[in-house]
Amino acid sequence: MSPPGRSGRATAVAGLVARRIALAVPVLLFVSLAVFLLAAASPFDPIHQYYGVQIFDASAADVARVREQLGLDRPVPLRFLDWLGGVLSGDLGVSRSMRRPVAGVLAERLPWTLLLAGCGLALAVVFSLFVGTLAAWRQGGWLDRLITAVGHALEGIPPFVVALLAIASFSLGLGWLPVAGLTDAGSALGPAQVAEHLVLPAAVLGLSQSPWLVLHVRQSLLAAFTEDHVTGARARGLRERVVVLRHALPTALLPFVTLIGARVPELVTGAVLVEEVFSWPGVASAVVTAARAADYPLLAILTLLATAAVLLGSLLADVAAVLLDPRVSADG
Amino acid sequence: MLNRRTLITSSMAALAVAGTSCAAPSGAGGGDPASMLLADGYEPSSLNPLLGYARWGAAKFYDGLLAFDGNGRLRPALAAEQPRPSDDARTWTVRLRRGVKFHNGEPFGARDVVATYRAAVDPAYAATISSGLSMLDEVEAVDEHTVRFRLNIPYAAWPARMVMGILPESALAEAAPQENSPLNTQPVGTGPYRLAEWRRGERMVWRANRDYWGGAPRIAEITVVFATDDNTRAQRVQAGEFDGTVLPPLLAERVGGDAYRTVHHDTADYRAITLPADHPVTGDPAVRMALNLAANRSEMVDSLLGGHGEPAYTPIPPSMERFHEPEARLEFDQRRARELLEEGGWRSGSDGVRTRNGTRASFTVMYFADDTLRKKFAQAFASDAGKVGVRVELAGVDRTEAAERIGTDAIVLGGGTPLDPDPQTYPGLHSSMIGTGTYRNPAKYRNSRVDAALDAGRSTVDPAERARHYKEAQRAYVEDPGLVYLAFIQHSYVVRTGVWNGYQSVVEPHTHGTTWGPWWNVEDWTPKE
Repeated sequence: MSPPGRSGRATAVAGLVARRIALAVPVLLFVSLAVFLLAAASPFDPIHQYYGVQIFDASAADVARVREQLGLDRPVPLRFLDWLGGVLSGDLGVSRSMRRPVAGVLAERLPWTLLLAGCGLALAVVFSLFVGTLAAWRQGGWLDRLITAVGHALEGIPPFVVALLAIASFSLGLGWLPVAGLTDAGSALGPAQVAEHLVLPAAVLGLSQSPWLVLHVRQSLLAAFTEDHVTGARARGLRERVVVLRHALPTALLPFVTLIGARVPELVTGAVLVEEVFSWPGVASAVVTAARAADYPLLAILTLLATAAVLLGSLLADVAAVLLDPRVSADG
Repeated sequence: MLNRRTLITSSMAALAVAGTSCAAPSGAGGGDPASMLLADGYEPSSLNPLLGYARWGAAKFYDGLLAFDGNGRLRPALAAEQPRPSDDARTWTVRLRRGVKFHNGEPFGARDVVATYRAAVDPAYAATISSGLSMLDEVEAVDEHTVRFRLNIPYAAWPARMVMGILPESALAEAAPQENSPLNTQPVGTGPYRLAEWRRGERMVWRANRDYWGGAPRIAEITVVFATDDNTRAQRVQAGEFDGTVLPPLLAERVGGDAYRTVHHDTADYRAITLPADHPVTGDPAVRMALNLAANRSEMVDSLLGGHGEPAYTPIPPSMERFHEPEARLEFDQRRARELLEEGGWRSGSDGVRTRNGTRASFTVMYFADDTLRKKFAQAFASDAGKVGVRVELAGVDRTEAAERIGTDAIVLGGGTPLDPDPQTYPGLHSSMIGTGTYRNPAKYRNSRVDAALDAGRSTVDPAERARHYKEAQRAYVEDPGLVYLAFIQHSYVVRTGVWNGYQSVVEPHTHGTTWGPWWNVEDWTPKE
C-alpha cells in the first residue's frame, strides 16, 4: 500500500461523506414535513388523545379553549415551522401520547432499542458468517442444502411469527426464558435480569435478519472460490481451511459489509415488530403509539431517527467499501 | 394497532395452548404478604389529577377532600369532617385535616386545595376536567385549614367533585398546559402510596407512604404490570404469576382455581344506544318506545356478559339504592313494540323493513371499533330491532369520526359514576346540555318533566328530597325514552386468596382496573396470619 493510494482513499471518503451529508439535509427536511402532512391527513384528532375519556364530559367551549392553549388550532405548516424552529434550537417539543418532553422519551427508550438492535445485528452478522461459510464450504452437501432451504423459508416469514414461535417453544414450552418485558414482573432493573430478557428478542431479531446475509455470504464465497488468487492458493496445495478463511473469505466480506448497511431499513421495521411482541420498552414500539395519537413531535423525531439510521447505514457501508476494496486503492 | 396487538398476543396464547403443556413459571407473587403483584390491562397515560387521573377517587397517590366508602356515600378524607353547605347549596365550607404531609414533605393546607381547584378551572392549565367543575365560581382559603367553595348555581352534588386528588401548591406555580407537566409521570400527593418507579409500557411500582395520615399501609410494595391482552393476562394468572388482575367476566370465571377467587363488582357503568331526536326515524316517539320494548336486555346480560350485569332502563342503577326507582322499567315485549309501530303509521314492507310515507325505518348505530363489548351490544340491539321491522346498520368508527357524526347517527354510549345521581343523569338527559359538548346529551333529548326533576335534584341538599326528585326523573323518562339503556355491566377480577384480609366489595364507576377493583381500599389490607 503506497502513501498516495492511502491519501487518495481518504480524499474519496471525505468527498463521499460530504456529498451524503449535503444530500441528507433536504431528505430529512422533506421526511419530517411529510410526517406532519400525513399526520394532519390522518383521521385521528390529537385533542381526543389529550382528553382521553374526559372528552365524554367536556363542553365544546372548554375543548376549543384547550385546543387553542395547545396550539392545535394553528395550521399544519405553521405548526411544522414551530416544531422545526424548536428542533434547530435544541427543543424537541412535547410528546402528547407520552405526556412528557420528547427528549425525555428518547433518553428513556432509545438505549433499549440500541441495545436490542445492536445485539440483534451482531448476532445476525456472526451467525451468518459462520453458517454461510459452512454452507459454501460444503457446497452441494446435505448441510448446504439444509441451510439454503431453511434460509429461503425464513425469508418469507415475518419477524413477529418467528417471535411467537420462539415464545411458544422457549418460554412457554421449555420454560427456559422469560416471555416478555425488560425484567421479571416483580424484579428490579439489573444487568442479569435484562440480559436474560434480552436473549429471546435479540435472537429473534438477529435470526429474522440473517437469511439474506447467510445466502449472501454463501453466494459471494462461491464466487470467490472461482477467482484467480483462490484457485492459485489451492493449486499451491494450501490446506482447505486456510484457503477458505484466509483467501476466499476476505474477498467475500466486502459485498457483505455493503449488504449489512443496506439492511438497516429491515432492521428498523423488524425492531418495531419485535419490540411490540416482547413488550420491549424501546422507541420502536413508541412509533405505533405516536402514530395513533397524531403525536406530531414524537412521530417526526422517531421518523427522522429511522431515516438517519438508514442514511448512516448506507454511508458507512459505502465508506467501508472504499476503504476495504483493494481495487479502489490500486486505482487511487 | 390495538387490533394487531390483540391478534398477535391472542395467537401467542393460542400457540402456547396448542403446542405445549404450559410450564408454570415460579410465581413471583404470593410469597411475601408485604408485597403484591398485579396485572392491569390498561396503562394510564398520565397520573395528573388535572388530566383526569382518578377523578372519581381511589387514587393511590392522592387523596381528595372526600373519599368514596364503596357503597353510595362519601366520607371525609383530607376534609376533617363532612363539608357544610349553605341552605341554597351554593356555598360549601370544608374544614381540613391537620398534620398531613405531601410526599415531598410539604405540609398540606388550605392553599393547596385552592391552588388545585383554581388550576383545574383556569384555562391556562388546559385541564381536561374543567368542564365537570363549570359550576365553580371561586374557591378561597378562609384560614390555614378551612376552604370555601362558591358556586354559580345551587349544586347539591358538589361533594362528588371533592374526591379529586389534591396537588401541592408548589407543583402548580407555573400556569402552563399540563401536557408536559412533571406531575404526569411523577405524582406528588398525600396518598397512601407514592410512585417508586414507572417503566412506560411495562410496569409501575407503588411504595407505601410511611407517613400516611391514615396509617402506613401494611402492604409495603405493589407492582402493577401492564399486559394489554386479556388472554395473556389470564394465562399468566393461571400460571401463578400475579396476585390478581382484571378480566372480562367470562374469562375471569374460567381462570383461577384454588388459589384465586373471582369477584364481580356492581357498577354505575351503563351501555346505551342514543336515539337522535331530529332523525326522521329515531325522533319518532313511537319508534323510540318500540325499540325500548324490543330490546331483550336480559338476553344481552346473559349472553354478552355471562350474567354479570343488570338490565338498564334508566341511567340510575339498582346499586345506587337510594336513588334508584324500581318502577321505572321498560319490559321486553316485541308484540307490543310491533303494535306501537303499526299505530304510529310504520307499515311492513316487502323486505321486512317498515316504512312510513316513503321513509324507511332504518338508521345507523356507531360503536368504537376497538371496543368489542360495545360492538356486541350494537349487534344484539340491531338484531332485536330487526325483529320488529326496524333496520339498524352498524358502523365501527374511531373517536374522531364518532364526534363528527354523533348528532345525526346513533351511537353506543358507555360511562357512569356511582358517586352521585347528578353527574350520572344531568349531562346525558337535561335539555340545557344540548349542543354544549360532543357527548353531552348527544341524542338531543328534551323532556320538561325530566328537566324539572333533574334541576330540583341538584338544587336541594336534603338526601330524602333529592331521592324523590331522581325517582320522579326516572318515571318521567321511561314514559318518553330518548335512548335505549341496555345494561349496567359488572366489572370482574381474579384475586389471590389466603394471603390478605381486607377485601371489601365496591360499586364502581366506568373506570376499572387495579386502582379500583378489589384493591380500591388496598391501603387498609393486612397480611393474614
